[in-house]
Amino acid sequence: MTEAGHLVWRRGRWSLRLRRRGVAALLGLALALGALALASLCLGEPTLGPGAALRALLGPGDAAFAVGTLRAPRLLTGLCAGACLGLSGAMMQSLARNPLASPDLLGFTQGAGLGAVATIARTGAQGVGVAAAALGGGLAAAVLVGALAWKGGLRVWRLVLVGIGVGFALRAGTDVLMTRTDLFSASAATQWLTGSLNARLWSHAAQAGVGLAVLGPLGLALGRGLDRLEMGEDVATALGVRTGLVRLATVAVAVGLAAVAVAACGPVAFVALVAGPIGRRLSGGGGPALGPAALTGALLLCAADLAGRVLLAPMQLPAGLFTALIGAPYLLWLLATQIRKGAL
Amino acid sequence: MTRLAATDLSLDYGGRPIVRDLSLAVPDGRVTVIIGPNACGKSTLLRALARLLAPARGTVTLDGKAIARQPTREVARVLGLLPQTPLAPEGITVADLVARGRSPHQGAFRQWSRADESAVAAALEATGTADLAGLRVEELSGGQRQRAWIAMALAQETPLLLLDEPTTFLDLRHQIEVLALVRRLNRDLGRTVVMVLHDIGLACRYADHLVAMRDGCILAEGTPEAVVTPATIRAVFGLEARVIPDPETGTPLVIPRREP
Repeated sequence: MTEAGHLVWRRGRWSLRLRRRGVAALLGLALALGALALASLCLGEPTLGPGAALRALLGPGDAAFAVGTLRAPRLLTGLCAGACLGLSGAMMQSLARNPLASPDLLGFTQGAGLGAVATIARTGAQGVGVAAAALGGGLAAAVLVGALAWKGGLRVWRLVLVGIGVGFALRAGTDVLMTRTDLFSASAATQWLTGSLNARLWSHAAQAGVGLAVLGPLGLALGRGLDRLEMGEDVATALGVRTGLVRLATVAVAVGLAAVAVAACGPVAFVALVAGPIGRRLSGGGGPALGPAALTGALLLCAADLAGRVLLAPMQLPAGLFTALIGAPYLLWLLATQIRKGAL
Repeated sequence: MTRLAATDLSLDYGGRPIVRDLSLAVPDGRVTVIIGPNACGKSTLLRALARLLAPARGTVTLDGKAIARQPTREVARVLGLLPQTPLAPEGITVADLVARGRSPHQGAFRQWSRADESAVAAALEATGTADLAGLRVEELSGGQRQRAWIAMALAQETPLLLLDEPTTFLDLRHQIEVLALVRRLNRDLGRTVVMVLHDIGLACRYADHLVAMRDGCILAEGTPEAVVTPATIRAVFGLEARVIPDPETGTPLVIPRREP
């Protein structure tokens, strides 16, 4: 059955209610993502038709290496990491009720990057060890930023300023580690400077996929609580939300998602910052729109990677460069409007 | 024993004692109004009654059990609260806002039962906001917005409803509209209401039980006629005043004395 603006499904004591506009946003984004994924498999050297690219993905052939070994894992890593970043950003922005509060401005991403580089430089490790170190670094950065910004409570502008400062310090620490490490490890760690999906393997894709499969549903499940918290602590409590638990779980899951993304492709700038507001706008406002934000993040990161791979071929530009090209002007605009509104 | 009560309650806020050794039994099925000068602790008391503030000493009990020990979701099915300045998420429609009131009755896979649907429809109807259901909350006038928020609290279908200054920022007509609505909720639907109000005349008109506070203590409580006397007005507000019967309703009306 339907009612104004919603789709409702009921069976026995179970019921679901979806906003039409939200469903439309999800479907539209999924379609765009499918088209982009296909383009990512087709374009490059050699450029293939859609049919040939899919055949190359499934079976042996001339293009099997280019598609199955180079492009597909890169695409999948980008999809998962982008979704992690988009979801992480939207969760933090909803929690803080401020579009500036994304993990890249709060220092979480930089902390995860430092953790990852430290592990690579010290042990040359890849894989799960890097992800664990990224998670540790991200959580440590979150605790540090929270502690430094604490003044009888947390205010968003103080969090963001402290986060940016801590982010710069962590980034400097990453640079120092890079200069002191041997050449091989340094080249392996280079992608942590701008964030890139270059030379991603199936192992990276699997790791990012598992991270998203575990943390993604947790994040989406927190959406209801976040939605109520946007009406203020008092209203949310009055509506039966355990606000302390939701806050803590949101920060933990958001840091985890950012760490998964950083372990997969380095600290790609601005995806987490931009995806949330776009997802919210597309789904018509009125809630955190976590699903659309995750799809938007995946779309942005994969589009940036495709652009970096194809536009100036054979030169390969890191995806982080393109996300910064979109993200930096957006951040300036956001700061200008926030200052005008008196929010900063 | 009433459903909602405070016993020997002391409340601190930011390390400062606000309420001291206060006991209050909220009469069931009545409209209770708390009055008092600014910073007398009336909003703080209301927050503690709604378990939003943990007591420094003493307890708030709901149905005989300490409210702080009860699961917040179960409390939310019995007791609703509308704070003074709630925040509407950007872009939310009135219908969606009111539907949020159903939260304590819902779950991840029980998002919209028939009971949810009829409760929201009834809340929109009772508050006269059914025609506004499709509008965004930011498009509404102050009075309409306040009614939409009350509709949200109403859709929660709690037998107890706490309202913190529901008439602030409203002009006189809208104040009367909101208070008349509150009275209907009490008379027709049997809800127990506790609200904080600034205007003593309106408080006297709409309260069954009046609580007068000063400096974190209750100085007087009872029917408006019993509480509002020149002596209590002097004690509570430090104001010399005459009290005459309201020509419309016969309830007490406070007329401040002319300055000498």
